[in-house]
Amino acid sequence: MKQETLKQILSAQAAKQPIVLASNLQTNEQLTLVPGETGQPDWMMTEVDAAIRSDKSRTTDAPDGTPWFFNVFNPPLRLIIVGAVHIAQPLARMGLEAGYDVSVIDPREAFASAERFPNVTLINEWPDEALQHLELDARTAVVTLTHDPKLDDPALHVALQSAAFYIGALGSKKTQAARQQRLTDAGFADAEIARICGPVGLNIGAKSPAEIAISILAEITQTLRQEHS
Amino acid sequence: MAGSSMTETTTRLDNKNRADDNVLAQAAAWADAGHKVALATVIETWGSAPRPVGSQLAIREDATFVGSVSGGCIEGDVVTRALDAIQSEAPEVLEYGVADAMAWEVGLACGGKIKIYLEPLTVA
Repeated sequence: MKQETLKQILSAQAAKQPIVLASNLQTNEQLTLVPGETGQPDWMMTEVDAAIRSDKSRTTDAPDGTPWFFNVFNPPLRLIIVGAVHIAQPLARMGLEAGYDVSVIDPREAFASAERFPNVTLINEWPDEALQHLELDARTAVVTLTHDPKLDDPALHVALQSAAFYIGALGSKKTQAARQQRLTDAGFADAEIARICGPVGLNIGAKSPAEIAISILAEITQTLRQEHS
Repeated sequence: MAGSSMTETTTRLDNKNRADDNVLAQAAAWADAGHKVALATVIETWGSAPRPVGSQLAIREDATFVGSVSGGCIEGDVVTRALDAIQSEAPEVLEYGVADAMAWEVGLACGGKIKIYLEPLTVA
């Protein structure tokens, strides 16, 4: 690989843009390709689009039989945490470790402070406004942790109208039932409300904030790897 | 000789993997600092291969490396071959599996097969 090619991939990663490195395994020719690229053969751009969409790198034979390897570099998965509460701290740290680009939303600046949340994007806005700006897509997980319907519910409204692959909401079964009723009253169908994982996280008997964060991240991982893909 | 270098590189894998997940960024940083670097990428897997297609390992001319292309089974051999590739500046495709003659030395105990694209980083 040419150093220049490596720099192109790193620039795309820094700009959070998808990029594909196509390598001819016989001649060792290499191309960096982005969606919508012109001047390349159709079969190649079809592979590029498919690799980006599925987030899976693959080896494919060109029409002339030459093997090419398409290595996809997608922007990181995103984890958006609503509520800068205690559980959010280990969840943000673990999310970073698992490769997520982590954002924490809380209008209360004393909660969402850089001291409590190093290395994550902090957004001191109302959750629904913040989420609308974040353009939730199929590579995004949203978790609400505030316990406060004033903050959690508007966030869930936005999340339910998005393609987010995971939506989780903290709260007991009782809290969950009350929330479902409010969402029904707000006009959401049962199938939509069923997208919300709650009580949030896998049932592993978690007690401490870190353990609860593990159960949430485990459930996000399970959804991503077993159901989503 | 193979035994001692294997131990050494395994230790490095443990330490380095935690320190830096971004293999390509590390490769670029090494190249900028004047090091010679090779990249190994998993291009195909069969069976229960431990790391998915696209996983990468960056290797420096002094055998320091970051990333992974398996659960640690073949990294030692990939690093050795990478040092040759850095010298020859020639990319090559490597194949590993249980059917390999050296299965119990550098093969995959998990029963999977892995194909690796090994390429030196070049200035041109």
